[in-house]
Amino acid sequence: MNYTRPKADAVIIGLGWAGSLMAEELTRAGLNVVAIERGPWEQTQTNFSPAIAADELRYGVRREILKPPRVETLTFRNDSSQKALPARDWNAFQMGYSVGGAGKHWAANAWRFNPSDFEMATRLRDRYHNMKLADGLIVQDWGVSYAELEPFYDRVEKIAGISGKAGVINGVTQSGGNPFEGSRSSEYPTPPLIRSHWNDKFHQITEKMGFHPFPIPAGTIGAPYTNPLGVNLAPCTYCGYCGFYGCGNWSKSSPNVCVIPALMDRTNFTLLTECTALYIDKAEDGKTVSGVTFRDSDGNTGFQPADIVCLSAYQLDNVRLLLLSKIGKAYDPVTGEGTLGRAYNYQTMSMGYLYYENEHMNPFISTGALSTQIDDFNGDNFDHSGLGFLGGAGIQALSDQGTPLSMTDRLPPGSKMWGSAWKKTFQKSYQNYAKIQGQGTSYSHRDSYLSLDPNYKDENGQPLLRLTFDYNQNDRLMARFIRDRIEDICKVSGATSWETEAFPDKHNSPFRAYDSSHTIGGAVMGLDPATSVLNRYQQHWDAHNLFVLGASSYPNNGGYNPTITLSALTLWTAHAIVNDYLKNPGSLVR
Amino acid sequence: MKRRSFIKAGLILAGTGTAASIFTPAGAAERKNVLNGGKIWRAKETPLPTPADPTQRLFFNEREYALVTAIFDRLIPADELSVSASQAGCVVFIDNQLAGDYGKAKWKYNQGPFENGTESQGNQSPYSPAEIYRKGLQELDTHCTRLFNKSFTELSHDMQDAYLEKMESGEFTYPTFNSEVLFGQFLANVQEGFLADPIYGGNRNMVGWRMIGFPGARYDYRDYAPLKGQKLNIEPISIIQLLKA
Ligand SMILES: Cc1cc2nc3c(=O)[nH]c(=O)nc-3n(C[C@H](O)[C@H](O)[C@H](O)COP(=O)(O)OP(=O)(O)OC[C@H]3O[C@@H](n4cnc5c(N)ncnc54)[C@H](O)[C@@H]3O)c2cc1C
Ligand code: SF4
Repeated sequence: MNYTRPKADAVIIGLGWAGSLMAEELTRAGLNVVAIERGPWEQTQTNFSPAIAADELRYGVRREILKPPRVETLTFRNDSSQKALPARDWNAFQMGYSVGGAGKHWAANAWRFNPSDFEMATRLRDRYHNMKLADGLIVQDWGVSYAELEPFYDRVEKIAGISGKAGVINGVTQSGGNPFEGSRSSEYPTPPLIRSHWNDKFHQITEKMGFHPFPIPAGTIGAPYTNPLGVNLAPCTYCGYCGFYGCGNWSKSSPNVCVIPALMDRTNFTLLTECTALYIDKAEDGKTVSGVTFRDSDGNTGFQPADIVCLSAYQLDNVRLLLLSKIGKAYDPVTGEGTLGRAYNYQTMSMGYLYYENEHMNPFISTGALSTQIDDFNGDNFDHSGLGFLGGAGIQALSDQGTPLSMTDRLPPGSKMWGSAWKKTFQKSYQNYAKIQGQGTSYSHRDSYLSLDPNYKDENGQPLLRLTFDYNQNDRLMARFIRDRIEDICKVSGATSWETEAFPDKHNSPFRAYDSSHTIGGAVMGLDPATSVLNRYQQHWDAHNLFVLGASSYPNNGGYNPTITLSALTLWTAHAIVNDYLKNPGSLVR
Repeated sequence: MKRRSFIKAGLILAGTGTAASIFTPAGAAERKNVLNGGKIWRAKETPLPTPADPTQRLFFNEREYALVTAIFDRLIPADELSVSASQAGCVVFIDNQLAGDYGKAKWKYNQGPFENGTESQGNQSPYSPAEIYRKGLQELDTHCTRLFNKSFTELSHDMQDAYLEKMESGEFTYPTFNSEVLFGQFLANVQEGFLADPIYGGNRNMVGWRMIGFPGARYDYRDYAPLKGQKLNIEPISIIQLLKA
């Protein structure tokens, strides 16, 4: 230990969406807050100005604003009989590495989860009367309901300026939106963007098939907008340099643009950048934690004491930091005991790749989340009786990427990948390629978990996180079902050729293309300390002044991207801290 | 647990409790990485991209330059759609890339032990792109000469294509690399050179972008978004023009 900093009321580890929203709530409540962030502070006008932002090589391919594996990566294996090896090069999980975290370079698909996603154990009992499921599948309720989260979803969407069209407001179905969504208390703050040609086609096709297409909600701002924190956001310009890039326009919702400008004005907020949290310190009383030990960019070790510790370092890093801090009991897959690292889950994808003739898709006019979706087969929106699996997927026509290097291999099956033949095929497919994505739920399983790696270490000499994961039978059945629904759409789509696939038909590999960054679970919330690390307020069962924020809390994944839900959960927890915990520190489950 | 500072202070700026040894290292303070609300925050500048200079050779020797030119020009040959890869600057591009951070694989996790692992575990190679080119080109050269008594550069286009096809399907094993891996490296880089912004030395006159109708480093399509299913013929622009503007 080289130095101790002045004590804070609360310390926050990691300043992505979760950390910055927590900082906003706690500083507004008057607390003295210190945030510790591994990367530097970055802002739109200095770091992503439109003069340099449109650079596919730099950001899309070399991925300059993401966390380099050199700094810290994870090790991976499909099952516990294998030796885990480190992810050496870029792979599917693209982590944040500066103020704003991954919320700076996300693609901004801005979803709420389905009400059913939070209470699948209850559904299984009540709707399906204990239907036979895959052996070892973990199905449990989150302990918080959609209705309880709704006000916080609403607040997050307003802070982020989400564009979209409501499907259900106060129980009343609205035309043009998603009729399956949980009831909302208000319309989206900004309108949906102009649909792409492919979005329109998909809309027509699926509507004819009797489904219910709608424009998806997105953190790509639909109109000039001032958020509740007084920040002005500008309309998205469809530049297409979106997911993997910072937005040069103040048009993509990010912590940097939507929240941090407010924090910069608050004198009770301090941010330590380029400081990496090494572990959370346990207090002598055995019931609390006392602060955070970190390493600064000079290589010195500092201690930040605080009354409250909020861990919001991203799902994987949250679990790793808890393991490194030895807080909670690590999961043992042999005995099934321990909760920390248990219930890791992912996103189960199915895809359709389509090729048309003479469509002029103009794929360069796009955003990270320009998509039309049907939710007829998502979550528990359809009857699963006799299907033998839980969950489903949103099926979407996604116009998210038109930058050329990302599309050089989007060619009909069997095409030559080089030479004059490639040039001709690529020229044609660039304008005629379309993609259907089935973004599916994921349920955790006894055999998939997170632990510390015994062999490999990070830059600071601490063990890397080890991920043991493969798709389970529920994932496989669900994904094939969705792939067949995608195939149904392809057949009537008017495409000249297409291919469909269910990702779980192969072993999971974080290194294959077209996957997601949505890693979930490992430090989950719940009602029972035997099967969860956190209680329903994301408060640690074993240390009542430690709150863990992020997708690490989800015992299962919805058929959606995770960020708006983890942001809403953060506000739900902040609300409990401010209104209850401060007055009466101790377990919030009373 | 002791009474909490925020409780004592009635929820306003409780702050400094016991600070045994408060110490802010000079370096860290100078770099302004303690940011306080209410004071000005300044982000570090992001450096502008450095334009590649086509007259400078930074990484390849003569032999390597000739080999890469021959290989790249089969992967992207001159035809009615465009000039060849080397004419588009793709060799200049990769020469520059290999001399920089990319060549050194600065982003990569490079701690041992190195083991091969399962297919799911991805690329475990210890080699940087610069090492892959240096070793790989040499091994390819030796292999090709042994096979045909001629260097790759001296083969006919048809023979070069046939050789590359076998490389692509992994039929050759060089001492250090499987040919499929080496082929994949070349193909990825030649496409980068052909389709990345011209500031990096390739895609000369935006020839790659023109081929497919991509408008380049444009940042605003609001006027075009409503024109669906139409050919738009938008003149591409490069970051070079944006930086000059
Ligand atoms: C390319 C891409 C596209 C995506 N698209 C979508 C999308 O469309 N929709 C969606 O919902 N989600 C998307 N996601 C996922 C989304 O970005 C994450 O769910 C979200 O950003 C997580 O927020 P967070 O606050 O939990 O963590 P993060 O945003 O990851 O923030 C964590 C912060 O903690 C810091 N940190 C980590 N470890 C330490 C440490 N030891 N000490 C100090 N600081 C530390 C990190 O630097 C980071 O800034 C995408 C992700 C990627 C990579
Ligand atoms: S597509 Fe829109 S939101 Fe995304 S980077 Fe471009 S302007 Fe920003």
